[in-house]
Amino acid sequence: MAEETKVTALDDVVIRFSGDSGDGMQLTGTIFSNVSAILGNEISTFPDYPAEIRAPQGTLSGVSGFQVHLGAGKVFTPGDKADVLVAMNPAALKVNVKNIRPNAVVIIDTDCFQKADLEKALFETEDPFKELGLMGVQVVASPISSMVKSGLESFGLNNKSALRCKNMFALGLVCWLFDRPLEQAMHMLQNKFAKKPGIAEANIKVLNDGYNYGHNTHSTVSTYRIESTKPAKGFYTDINGNKATAYGLIAAAEKSGLQLFLGSYPITPATDILHELAARKELGVKTVQAEDEIAGICTAIGASFAGSLAVTTTSGPGLALKGEAMGLAVIAELPLVIVNVQRGGPSTGLPTKSEQTDLMQALYGRNGESPLVVIAASTPTDCFDAAFWAGKLAVEHMTPVILLTDAFIANGSSAWRIPEMDSYPAIKPNYVANYKESAPWKAYRRDKESLVRYWVAPGTEGLAHRIGGLEKNCETSAICTDPENHQKMTHIRQAKIDNIANHIPALEVIGDQDAELLIVGWGGTYGHLLEASNEVRKNGKKIAFAHFKFISPLPKNSEAVLKSFKKVMVVEQNSGQFANYLRGKIENFDPCQFNRVKGQPFVVARLVEEFTNLLEA
Amino acid sequence: MTTQELKYIPKDYKSDQSVRWCPGCGDHAVLNCLHKAMAEVGVAPHQTAVISGIGCSSRLPYYMNTYGFHTIHGRGAAIATGVKTARPDLSVWLITGDGDCLAIGGNHFIHAVRRNIDLNIVLFNNEIYGLTKGQYSPTSERGYVSKSSPYGTVEDPFIPAELALGARGNFFARSIDVDLKNTTEILATAAKHEGASVVEVLVNCVIFNDGTHKQITDKANRAERTIFLRHGEKMLFGENNEKGLVLDGLKLKAVTLNQDGYTLDNILTHDAHTPENTMHLLLAMMGGELPVALGVIREVKAAVYDQEVAKQIATVQANNPIRKLQDFLMSGEIWEIK
Repeated sequence: MAEETKVTALDDVVIRFSGDSGDGMQLTGTIFSNVSAILGNEISTFPDYPAEIRAPQGTLSGVSGFQVHLGAGKVFTPGDKADVLVAMNPAALKVNVKNIRPNAVVIIDTDCFQKADLEKALFETEDPFKELGLMGVQVVASPISSMVKSGLESFGLNNKSALRCKNMFALGLVCWLFDRPLEQAMHMLQNKFAKKPGIAEANIKVLNDGYNYGHNTHSTVSTYRIESTKPAKGFYTDINGNKATAYGLIAAAEKSGLQLFLGSYPITPATDILHELAARKELGVKTVQAEDEIAGICTAIGASFAGSLAVTTTSGPGLALKGEAMGLAVIAELPLVIVNVQRGGPSTGLPTKSEQTDLMQALYGRNGESPLVVIAASTPTDCFDAAFWAGKLAVEHMTPVILLTDAFIANGSSAWRIPEMDSYPAIKPNYVANYKESAPWKAYRRDKESLVRYWVAPGTEGLAHRIGGLEKNCETSAICTDPENHQKMTHIRQAKIDNIANHIPALEVIGDQDAELLIVGWGGTYGHLLEASNEVRKNGKKIAFAHFKFISPLPKNSEAVLKSFKKVMVVEQNSGQFANYLRGKIENFDPCQFNRVKGQPFVVARLVEEFTNLLEA
Repeated sequence: MTTQELKYIPKDYKSDQSVRWCPGCGDHAVLNCLHKAMAEVGVAPHQTAVISGIGCSSRLPYYMNTYGFHTIHGRGAAIATGVKTARPDLSVWLITGDGDCLAIGGNHFIHAVRRNIDLNIVLFNNEIYGLTKGQYSPTSERGYVSKSSPYGTVEDPFIPAELALGARGNFFARSIDVDLKNTTEILATAAKHEGASVVEVLVNCVIFNDGTHKQITDKANRAERTIFLRHGEKMLFGENNEKGLVLDGLKLKAVTLNQDGYTLDNILTHDAHTPENTMHLLLAMMGGELPVALGVIREVKAAVYDQEVAKQIATVQANNPIRKLQDFLMSGEIWEIK
């Protein structure tokens, strides 16, 4: 956990607009730079014109580009390599292959990537990305030309004039992706085309269409990265949190000798986990795209009953719909992993933005007393370990486990040292073979220490049994409404979860153990909090940092750690849900809080200021 | 003729729990038929999973000596879908009622049917909510007076067959609780059918909706008011099979043999196996002037979801030797730091 890392935030990014010299890339880049400057970004730009003024259209020599580097702090250069490339045609892609990062976002107009276009740019195959070896880039492919034409149908422009506006569609899309309001861009277009109000209007219409397209399709790109500053030896790949989650689940299935089953319904920003697992058929993963969120979890519960490592993936609104079924998994004591990629709420809220506002829902959002395990991943690569843990605890303790990630770490990427799977522990389901008592086995007989019941999958001869959502007698496993039995079962279900504290790592303190101030975080804010506390230490002040990955149950040493510092500040992207949870769990504990609910990541400089103020107070 | 030795007897499928349905409830009969049908089909009890939602009929898994899961209201179809997709080797039954299946679980029901997953769905239709003590259900007729509709309902009911066929169902059968022989036979046929099979059993709720199916289930009326369909046989009914069905334009018509010039040759022959579902729908929708159709109305072979899921994995694996996550990760775009 204490690995030295560096967060690259959304507001330090290099964007390169590239297209044919007639595509208006210079204007696009200029408007975007100005809009960003007005928003307070430091900018540095680099126009890159072709040598020939009128090179043949669509050819390599006709490519015109404009690079802009935006940053929150000082920006001294236009940036080496682009994080985002807008490539209006195949030639623009080819020319820029050396100017972009291996994991860059590439926005293309699919209408201009047809066979003839590819030939003009001297491509030999129909897959330009593969041909250029760009396998790691995130492609945002949209039929920009056709959308521009249909958007301008009522304007009475000819085809050629209409298509001249397509750069504004790309600009609108980029403005959506980087949260740039359109007002300033519209104003600039009005000034530029002051003498041709029809053209101004058409450009503004297309600009808005591009923005709305991004909004409607929940387009997101992530330029949020966490990099290790001292990488260990080994093989690396680039990975985002959603993929790491998918692989962690596959790893847990492998280590437990179980088939991985996913039941899921598409929802931003969790859908990429479904995409990845649906593609991993060579590894034997079964996926069902269910008819709704409820069916997503219910198919998973069915698969769990049938003996699989079962998973459902969702985001906040979906988690709300899954509540009743989670309760079924709690009372039926079946293993199940529920991945919740948190986004802005309530309701549909901010589907593409990130928050930590589902903590209380994860902990308590069910009818009755229905305790379960809650884990939160801290970085894109940690999603692998967190998902592995989720699978391990679910099958070893016969319980649903909610894994909380968020839009940032889910879409955010990082270089990931590919782990040696041999170094991961075996996962041992509590099969009925472990049952050693003389009394005949019953479905709700359980291990005396861990309180885990024994798992019997259908197909096992002689052990056919019935389970369900009605309360069961703790001895006979038959339906039971006896008050004492219900009290006992309620207690057992909680004690079973509490006992898991004996099987998870202790809470670590990073930084100065003798500091007065302890910063506490959980989940996807790890990178920002670590960097901010490191900054404070660099400034010569003592500070400690503890980050929770296990939330229910809490690590055993939580109280001891939290009470050994004079001041504790709980920092989270909600209004204080974890702080309140800790207050309820730990007697006489009342931490300070720093809370932001903006759908945006923390700004490290702001955190440094806050921590310093508290130290000096 | 050799006597085939049965591997299992009905008792093998019966659990030790005492059955708690009200005396006289139609569910008892269906439970007995199910035990018999399972024994006849011969899938071992431990290879059988019975899934249910919530409602009177959904208590049924507790009375089976098979694997069983009594789940939550309306979601049985989704849970059964997970069981069967994960474990195509199991024989999976879904026990559901008119409220569970067609109100709160309507979405899961139509999608299970659409996917054609190999579930044996037994829909106990008593046209009432019994467990909550007598509210109208989605199959109660318009105007039905109940505790939640004291002045009569102002909505039309679903006809389960119409919904199942509308969801592109490939197997639909209808039976009545009092006809044990045919119910058993129909359940066995449904079990043998690969794909989603829907069996609607018209059951009596002796407490809250007594006699709702009386008009067709009473022995005195049954021959006149129902027709039992068998694939390849003439559509005949009546005490002495003296009546039959013919097509009159785009409608079915009941006629009497040797009257108005109708002979046996004019009577329609039941083709349950034709993929075209228009005639099945016409038959399933009969009532009023026409006899209510019982038996297997539609039984069509089609691609089965759980088999297709398994097949896709096998096909991908045949072309890709990677089986371990480690090998998969190392086969991607990687770089080394030494």
